[in-house]
Amino acid sequence: MSKYSAYSLLKNALSNNQNWKASWRDVAPKTKYDAIIVGGGGHGLATAYYLAKNHGMRNIAVVEKGWIGGGNTARNTTIVRSNYLWTEASLLYEKSLKLWEGLSQEINFNVMFSQRGVYNLGHTLQDMRDIERRVSANQLNGIDAEVVDAAQIKEAIPMIDTSSGARYPILGASLQRRAGVARHDAVAWGYARAASEYGVDIIQQCEVTGIRKNGSQVIGIDTSRGFIQTEKVGAVVAGHASVLAEMAGIRLPLESHPLQAYVSEPLKPILDTVIMSNAVHGYISQSDKGELVIGAGIDPYLGYGQKGSFCTIEHCMQAIVALFPSFSRVRMLRQWGGIVDISPDACPILSKTPIKGLYFNCGWGTGGFKATPGSGWVFAHTIANDQPHHLNAPFSLDRFSTGALIDEHGAAAVAH
Amino acid sequence: MLLIKCPWCGERDETEFSYGGEAAIKRPQDPKALDDKQWADYLFMRKNTRGLFLEQWNHSLGCRQWFLVERNTVTYEITEISKIKAIK
Repeated sequence: MSKYSAYSLLKNALSNNQNWKASWRDVAPKTKYDAIIVGGGGHGLATAYYLAKNHGMRNIAVVEKGWIGGGNTARNTTIVRSNYLWTEASLLYEKSLKLWEGLSQEINFNVMFSQRGVYNLGHTLQDMRDIERRVSANQLNGIDAEVVDAAQIKEAIPMIDTSSGARYPILGASLQRRAGVARHDAVAWGYARAASEYGVDIIQQCEVTGIRKNGSQVIGIDTSRGFIQTEKVGAVVAGHASVLAEMAGIRLPLESHPLQAYVSEPLKPILDTVIMSNAVHGYISQSDKGELVIGAGIDPYLGYGQKGSFCTIEHCMQAIVALFPSFSRVRMLRQWGGIVDISPDACPILSKTPIKGLYFNCGWGTGGFKATPGSGWVFAHTIANDQPHHLNAPFSLDRFSTGALIDEHGAAAVAH
Repeated sequence: MLLIKCPWCGERDETEFSYGGEAAIKRPQDPKALDDKQWADYLFMRKNTRGLFLEQWNHSLGCRQWFLVERNTVTYEITEISKIKAIK
């Protein structure tokens, strides 16, 4: 595959852009692989890429029931940050953030990672105490973080309402300057292309219908395109993790919910950073196309329908208008719902399972996008070595019986 | 938006209700007899069904009663609503 560069842009421009090659090989499944990743989202593709790059595995495949870039990876609010409270979580997300910083160069695909900073607002005295605690915890873990006051916020973001008369007055915020946003579908395409370059087979429109075992060892998967033999299966299927787990006869501590996000009509540049608020519950940034990209919380009920309720949309819009009264006349262009798998402690599961050769990467809930590179990195390590990387060892399925939960609910500015 | 028919109050908007998740999870009779794995299974592991699912809702801004809803988690169609019965 040809390398993308200024030269390749020029060369293809001269031939009217008619000669660009497909970014990855379209292949039919082979009969046997050394490892199969189920789920062709960002995390699955990143896993395949690092399996090939870091662990030298070449005879591997990613099977995807839809198409690459058709799921949550390309339907999220693209926020990348690592300012979590607990050491286990912040180190995992920080590993990811470090990988983001060199990702476009590494995979020769512009993921448009823009470190424009993320503000997590505090609206009450307790919010500010929690923010100071989290910022201190971040600093102890070597992660950039600072506390800013309302005047500094107003100076950086002139459109925001920091008046004391606001229903939820803004008292301050945590600010992570290295945080930001990335182009979400480019992440899926970039990893797919880079993995394909290493010889990874990317098999689209191939739905897994069963997991075959011999005793407690995986021996292959049944798919809509036939049986494929393998002794290692990495399941990275987000909202459908429980469905796949049921095929293997195990139970997961997950609930799948719709998570909605919204994009406005394009506006002139008005917001050059990311603002999140737990108290009014909304988050917002502006894309390079000028659209306001907005998100909030999950719909409360369990659902696989890729749609949510209108009251959730109203709630989110109220939050955004509370922060930015001047946006009240902005019209929304698109809305979508993705299925996210919520775990009891708001932390992911990156783990071996009671079945040998079956690994799960799930439970990212509402905030998986930011973790894409790091998740792939540690999950590839887990699959290749049949034991977790030290960064994901705390995120095992066992923690729900040992009690070593990593409680990031609310504590880590978790409106993702 | 879900329209839910409370067994006591009739059809009301989703915003009047709180969600209670999977229904018919029975608290173990003798928790001390369980090992950590069995306790975790009761406490955390969920069916998370894709398809017909039995769940509990509370009419929290109405009569505040709990009741059961059988709902398709893909189409969101509510197929049955009933009062809570004892779990066998």
